[in-house]
Amino acid sequence: MTALETLEILDPTAEVDPEGRPLAGRPPDLRTIALVDIRKPRGDVFLDELERLLRERGHEVQRTAKPTFTKPAPADVRKEIATRCDAVIEALAD
Amino acid sequence: MAAELLVLVKHDCEVCDQVLPVLDAAAVAGAPLRILSQSSPEDTAAQARRVGLRSVPDTDVDLEVSARFDPDAVPTVVLLDGGEERGRVEGLHRARLAELAGRAGAELALDGLPELRPGCASRTRDPDVAATLAARRARAEGRLRARALELGALEDPFEALHDRGLTDGLPGVPPTPERVVGMLEYTGRDPQDVVGAVPPYGGDATVEKVAINAVMAGCPGEALPIVLAAVEAACVESFAWHGLIATTYPAGPTVVVSGPLAAETGMNAEGNALGQGNRANVTIGRTLQLVGRNVGGGRPGVEDRATHGQMGKLGSCFAERLDETAPWPGLAQDRGVPADETGVTLMATEGPRVIVDQLAREPEGLCASLALALESVAHPKQRLAFDALLVVGPEHGRVFREAGWDRARVQERLFELTTSPAGELARGAGGSPEGIEPRFVSDPDMPVAKFAGPDRILLAHAGGDAGLFSMVYGSWAAGEIGSAPVTVSVEPWR
Repeated sequence: MTALETLEILDPTAEVDPEGRPLAGRPPDLRTIALVDIRKPRGDVFLDELERLLRERGHEVQRTAKPTFTKPAPADVRKEIATRCDAVIEALAD
Repeated sequence: MAAELLVLVKHDCEVCDQVLPVLDAAAVAGAPLRILSQSSPEDTAAQARRVGLRSVPDTDVDLEVSARFDPDAVPTVVLLDGGEERGRVEGLHRARLAELAGRAGAELALDGLPELRPGCASRTRDPDVAATLAARRARAEGRLRARALELGALEDPFEALHDRGLTDGLPGVPPTPERVVGMLEYTGRDPQDVVGAVPPYGGDATVEKVAINAVMAGCPGEALPIVLAAVEAACVESFAWHGLIATTYPAGPTVVVSGPLAAETGMNAEGNALGQGNRANVTIGRTLQLVGRNVGGGRPGVEDRATHGQMGKLGSCFAERLDETAPWPGLAQDRGVPADETGVTLMATEGPRVIVDQLAREPEGLCASLALALESVAHPKQRLAFDALLVVGPEHGRVFREAGWDRARVQERLFELTTSPAGELARGAGGSPEGIEPRFVSDPDMPVAKFAGPDRILLAHAGGDAGLFSMVYGSWAAGEIGSAPVTVSVEPWR
């Protein structure tokens, strides 16, 4: 066997780079904005204030929530937001 | 195509030295004969000079031809016809060699050589070479599919693993194809079987990828089936590994191994079982975390948002002590794994802490002590949101064993005793703003349970003979709202 000058190791990763996504295009109209509560304590306090400020400026607000902060938002929640709203604000809390 | 003879030799073999001049003379005389040496060109040339050959044999580069014919010993003479093997002689066997050569129309001047002499081990049988050839074969057959990373001659492989972001802060064993193929010997599963999709990015944990990370973690091969079972459990949706990786909470997966394979693997269930010093305990947990980092892509400070973290996130694993000191059967067996199998229970936990009770000698008093300490999981005012894994030490376990209290009875009693009056748990009580919202507190004397049920206090048995201690691991956000413990059998991964 010839002496190796390099050492070969096997890639321990899944060999997939997370997909890089460009920012979505800015919506021309911000009429309806979703506010998502991820269900952390006092997230509602922050979102209540945001809702007040948005309504003052003439926006419609749709309040929605994840079932639990520990898990990704279910597809239905994401789809509802995408269908009904122009933009979304998520309160991460903590 | 005419018949021909292929001869495999090596330089440091006396039998080759004896046979080579005869073969060399036959080749010079025009016999259809090709000699290949398993040694380097320099060693082969030196051997040719030493034994007086007229031509220097070619070299079997990278042992490709030797690997194909896979002889036990050299010299090996193979009769080929149209490239197909029609017969062979390994070692020196005059009569058989003469017969084989005759079939190729060649005559060998074998007079004066011993009648029979075993050859020397083929280079392909050297352990290091055999491992390389096994790796090459695994690659050719599609059992190894991971991308090969070339580390430069001047690169320190340990530093390179750090530099490429593939480790957890401790050195990793470089996962060479040879080591990975050796690791894969310890499971009967196909290396391309998918164990699970690992969050946060959903990378496929194939058996091969888990084995690569097991090599890096320093895992003994015997423990690979346990690791595979742990990865399977972690990828079950109700375990919520995605959230566990991403959370600010200082929690990670703790692996509890229950059953005979724990001892066969050399795991420690006794003194210091939750600590350092036992290779299998430490590296099983570490492999699971490396799989999360490398296959799932969860990196501390990036996807992993832990506020503090804790050292158990390097890896947290221990074996249950199920010998004659055990007060009850194993945790995995209690959760459905057959009695003669080994099971793995995975739970999302913080680091463990001790509960000291040196005076209780009867189960009621011991439960009262344990319950007091269990109230503090996460925060005494946190109710129904966290589970606990209570690791009962043998000196505490003896109290339950001698009193005949089984696991369910202890769980039930601990559940009853971990209640507090609502008034003490409300926001503001005791001066602490944390707690239950006042609108939920109609009666300040109403007892409020700490845990969502008796079965949310998981009981395991482990530890050394001396010490009136138990250990408690608080969970991460538990059950439906977070992570539920998952138990699987190791059997399918053996």
